[in-house]
Amino acid sequence: MTFASILEWLIKGFVWVMILLGGFAYLTYYERRALARIQVRIGPNRAGPLGLLQPIADAIKLIFKEELMPARADKLLFFLAPIITLTPALVITAVVPFGPEGLNFPLFGRVITWQIADINVGILYIMSIASIAVYGIVLAGWSSNNKYAMLGGLRSTAQMISYELALGLSFVSVIVLADSTRMIDIVEAQKSMWFMVLQPVGMVIFLIATLAEVNRSPFDMPEAEQELAAGYHSEYGGMKFALLFMAEYDKMIAICIIAATIFFGGYREFWFLQNTWFSVDQTPILGPVYVFIKVFILLFGMIWVRATLPRIRYDRLMAFGWKILLPLSLALVFLTATGILLAQEVNPLFMWGIPVVSLAAGFIAILGMYQTLRRKEHARA
Amino acid sequence: MVALGEDKPRPYEECMPDIFEISIDDLKHLVSERAVSGETMLLNMGPQHPSTHGVLRLLLELDGEIVVNCIPDIGFLHTGIEKNMEAKTYQKAEVMTDRLDYLNTVGNNLAYSMAVEKLVDLDVPARAQSLRVILCELQRIASHLIWLGTAALDVAAMSTFLYCFREREDILDILELVSGQRMMTTYIRPGGVWRDVPVEFEKAVRDFLKMMPKRVDQYEALLTRNPLFLDRTLGIGKISGADALNVGMTGPGLRASGVNWDLRKARPYAGYEQYEFEVPTRAEGDVYARYLVRVQEMRESLKIVEQALDKMPLGPVRSNNHKFIPPPRSEIGVSMEALIHHFKLWTEGFNAPKGFVYSAVESPRGELGVYLESDGGPKPYRVHWRTPSFDNLQAMPLMTKGVFVADLVAIIGSIDIVLGDVDR
Repeated sequence: MTFASILEWLIKGFVWVMILLGGFAYLTYYERRALARIQVRIGPNRAGPLGLLQPIADAIKLIFKEELMPARADKLLFFLAPIITLTPALVITAVVPFGPEGLNFPLFGRVITWQIADINVGILYIMSIASIAVYGIVLAGWSSNNKYAMLGGLRSTAQMISYELALGLSFVSVIVLADSTRMIDIVEAQKSMWFMVLQPVGMVIFLIATLAEVNRSPFDMPEAEQELAAGYHSEYGGMKFALLFMAEYDKMIAICIIAATIFFGGYREFWFLQNTWFSVDQTPILGPVYVFIKVFILLFGMIWVRATLPRIRYDRLMAFGWKILLPLSLALVFLTATGILLAQEVNPLFMWGIPVVSLAAGFIAILGMYQTLRRKEHARA
Repeated sequence: MVALGEDKPRPYEECMPDIFEISIDDLKHLVSERAVSGETMLLNMGPQHPSTHGVLRLLLELDGEIVVNCIPDIGFLHTGIEKNMEAKTYQKAEVMTDRLDYLNTVGNNLAYSMAVEKLVDLDVPARAQSLRVILCELQRIASHLIWLGTAALDVAAMSTFLYCFREREDILDILELVSGQRMMTTYIRPGGVWRDVPVEFEKAVRDFLKMMPKRVDQYEALLTRNPLFLDRTLGIGKISGADALNVGMTGPGLRASGVNWDLRKARPYAGYEQYEFEVPTRAEGDVYARYLVRVQEMRESLKIVEQALDKMPLGPVRSNNHKFIPPPRSEIGVSMEALIHHFKLWTEGFNAPKGFVYSAVESPRGELGVYLESDGGPKPYRVHWRTPSFDNLQAMPLMTKGVFVADLVAIIGSIDIVLGDVDR
């Protein structure tokens, strides 16, 4: 480790954090506009052309708001909680590659890659960082000496415990498919086919589990405004609230980037653009653009879900996590491994057995869910 | 906390006596033993809480997130309307009725007008009766739309809320068309309605009738078979028909518990007996059943409006008994008698015969009754409103035993309270 490499990390990290912070601001704008469009409203359109300056106006407002410290709050933890929440959201994407090797360029005798840290256990890094974020929420809820906030923080732990396992297991299917935990290898393994196609149910589980992980609707129980007023951030105002808010939206962006990387081909082109001028092999500069497009679409999916679905109750959420997602994702790991073994030993066509059989398993799980609902319907009469 | 004249904040310990705290001993008679020992948590929900539908305060005793006791505390929106009405003549008091249940303004007008008509024995022309039915049913749809929107919002299905408000806007436009006011219409008056509807009225209502069934289908597409919505509503907040009757529940909440009681069928008024409609009932008595009953009621109301519009006769819209009803402006200039009536009615009002009446209508929330007692003078001696929200709210503690906080919110939504109606 030389001074130059440290400097490179610092500069890259700084640039990336800046991008994330700006992205957060404009994600709130994007969400508000998209939600408004879905809900036959207009959305923010006053500040600047098309309301584009709205996030800046919001930021200025929040910065100048008075910081309040509730009486009998644990002052240190109350102060630290937003920081603990925000930091993982900012660093989690450090291992994600944004461009192919063809885009790397030499600078001062060093090869600059489109990735902050190329570590060979990239996925493990993501998993470990992802589980830190919940501490901030729990501490925020506990330290503010507010019953609503505490309920929110406790819900958050329950939720995290139930979903971490399914999330981890859906990573395992990807690791098995890519035969590596290094992020670049995972992206390159999707050169001919996205893992979305090979492991569609795994993708759905990943998306559900990450929605729960970042506390987004329909799993936004820690802050459920209809139940807990504002949940864990009830007592936060001004910039501390902005940090918690920022953490939530940066986690959304981070999760979408990770989803794009491990299931939707990362910086690789869309499948129908293979072997054309638009493929990243021929035009490497398109790599980051593809990541951006995929993240944009995935974020819209999250917003759409928020606009449409009711919130799930938190005991039902845990039941869903433990009784359906966990067995299902375990089964998927088994199916994927078996499929790959058969494809290597017997016939490559067995690869196609993975999506078919896992779709069948997913179908059975959905049937099971409907069956419990039907039982409930019969039982209530 | 900085007191006047001080330049720096006082230390926290000194401020402590300023923080008002109620001790558990004051609440002992309301909560269980476990709350006194600190085993369960007391949580104040409201009056400033996003889903208490106004200023309802609930004192909750929670075991984790499970509600052990739920004690509704009302009175934060007390307006003194009943008392105020006693200080006004019969005509002028009507303006207060709009403000009671602000989602059912036309229905409040109707209940009050019917009571006055009963008291002084006024007749109502047929056209006015039809108009009353049309507007009341439109208002019922508008009220149910607000309920649907907010109840869906309570389980966080946020788009439904805005879709419902979009359609409610059309109804408010119709109300504005006929009365000049969107909400506080005071359109239905003793002896008929204020004035005849403009020519655009029929087209506006027909357009609405054409558009609305599709929109109700859309709401149902979003919610009725949505697994998450089913999960949040099926079997939640159950109450049996007998319990519901015991606490005095009326309206959709009662009908969702299997009791077929609708004043429009049971004690027809305003000519409801002429129209064909179903009274939707369900046996289950849970939040989902209340949802289904109300959505079905919207469809039935559309049917009633359509029939009333088809059958609406021509003719006067207000009784011409000028002892009680002000004469039209055109007569005042040419008729001495009309001028005297006008003067008498707007200065001292009319004297009602001594006695008391009770008249009730089926509001979107249940039986809305008004009791008027007259001492022979121009002002009511006593006014009392039997408001459905107040009685329906009594079912809260029964429904919420052992549910989660999240369910509690869904249950409040399903009762459909209007705090203006509860506290009056």
